[in-house]
Amino acid sequence: MTLASLSAAWPEMLLALAAMALLMVGVFRQDGPGTARLVSWLAVATLVVVGVLAIFVMPEEGRKLLFANMFVADVYTTFVKVLVLGAAAVGIILSIGYNEREQIARFEYPVLILVATLGMMVMISANDLISLYVGLELQSLALYVVAAFRRDSIKSSEAGLKYFVLGALASGMLLYGASMVYGFTGSTNFSQLVTVFGQTGAASVGVIVGIVFLIVGLAFKVSAVPFHMWTPDVYEGAPTPVTAFFAAAPKLAAMALFVSVMVGPFGKLIGQWQQIIVLISILSMALGAFAAIQQTNIKRLLAYSSIGHVGYALIGLAAGTKDGITGILVYMAIYIVMTLGAFAVVLCMQRDGRMVEDIKDLSGLSRTRPGMALMMAIFMFSMAGIPPLAGFFAKIYVFMAAVEAELYTLAILGVLTSVVGAFYYLRIVKVMYFDEATESFDANTGRELSVIHVAAGLFTLLFFLFPSALTQLADQAVQSLMGG
Amino acid sequence: MWEIGLAHYLTVAAILFTVGIFGIFLNRKNVIIILMSVELMLLAVNINLVAFSWALQDLVGQIFAMFVLTVAAAEAAIGLAILVIYFRNRGSIEVEDINVMKG
Repeated sequence: MTLASLSAAWPEMLLALAAMALLMVGVFRQDGPGTARLVSWLAVATLVVVGVLAIFVMPEEGRKLLFANMFVADVYTTFVKVLVLGAAAVGIILSIGYNEREQIARFEYPVLILVATLGMMVMISANDLISLYVGLELQSLALYVVAAFRRDSIKSSEAGLKYFVLGALASGMLLYGASMVYGFTGSTNFSQLVTVFGQTGAASVGVIVGIVFLIVGLAFKVSAVPFHMWTPDVYEGAPTPVTAFFAAAPKLAAMALFVSVMVGPFGKLIGQWQQIIVLISILSMALGAFAAIQQTNIKRLLAYSSIGHVGYALIGLAAGTKDGITGILVYMAIYIVMTLGAFAVVLCMQRDGRMVEDIKDLSGLSRTRPGMALMMAIFMFSMAGIPPLAGFFAKIYVFMAAVEAELYTLAILGVLTSVVGAFYYLRIVKVMYFDEATESFDANTGRELSVIHVAAGLFTLLFFLFPSALTQLADQAVQSLMGG
Repeated sequence: MWEIGLAHYLTVAAILFTVGIFGIFLNRKNVIIILMSVELMLLAVNINLVAFSWALQDLVGQIFAMFVLTVAAAEAAIGLAILVIYFRNRGSIEVEDINVMKG
């Protein structure tokens, strides 16, 4: 086994080495905000390099299996990994100014984000229940620490504690499911599981129980109802850039893992798990729409909104067709751009150097900061699914896949809940444009934030000019995942 | 005649796993008990894995159990660290007191 034969895993290796190297840089330099800033930008550079490398070593066709078939690389994994790396890079950039202002600028933060990203890349590429578990835990353990990163704040440490307890419970469920699947099929490897289910076509009760536990564990990680309880509290309590990161990268990675586990080894058993996914999807959409209405805190509102978005994306998985999976990839790609943009605006919400997080603090924003209000309005209209913004296309792809798979109830309920959801998105627009203006936000929130929310806003606004660029990539990715 | 077979191991593991889950949800006292319950769940899974590994005459299950043990140790370390900073801020680790944010 030479280094060249492992080329498909080079991005992961580079990221692991870089994370350790940056830890050393941080340890041996003088402590202070300067070091944190340096390590943060180096981490961003690392993520960009790893992303380019991932595209460069992507197998042209077919799937490349490594490490005793435990690790797989193909167009699908590369597509998701590049998006995750981009979201993580934006997540670090968002944090730099904030951490300095809040005096929690420590170099461990970008290093932990790198480690979490490494875990996500491993779980995206997992082709075995063991590598799935190890990747998932590497990601989760780093995220528990990041959630409690502002360690002198009671809210942040409570968020970390809640996330830890419920995350550990989810891992336990997932593991129990993995052990049942192993015991009743005799293998943990996805490639072998495909052949096992291909021969029999049916599964024993033990395997079904195992799959249900696996779904419970994965639903926890994507925060789908009824396993969403941690989301609003963790999103509210964690420092805002951490929340932005949580809403983007780990959610995308967990969703990609969910998809590759369900349509990969258990694809033949779709009759057994389809109903569960349909139910989870409907509940998530409904809760995302109704529970968000009464929220006053913008971070909690975005938490419920993200639960709703997971519900819409799961429609594609419930369909289980190629179009459905393409729809999920497009949906999640557009979702992370919208959500990172919206959080970039939330990060600008501060008065006299203090963060404000209430929706009413946005009132009259169109007069005090017209540019920012316009961008926030674009994100809100897009999340509500109003044409011609990107969020509309995201929704139409999954709804069309559901209709083609004859899941009419699911598609109709999806449209209905998105109408309900439009209420609270539009309320934010109303507060910004028609309410009495309050004090203006601080102007010195940093250029990075403005660049990010303007770039995300332009993507959301102009997506309708070039939708095929993204859908074609997603198509290729799904071809490599599901074959032919 | 009282041969201990796979079913007995699976039953013990299932009981331990259920005790672990109930320990997390029904316990109203102390967060340390929650951490113990999490460990109990992971160890129940290990019993499952090793029993299956023995029944199938296949080593993968035992290797999986090794990974689970390692990760469980890391998880306990991080959980206790978060619990310590929580205690410093709140001055209590009663489950009832974890209520700054309503969820």
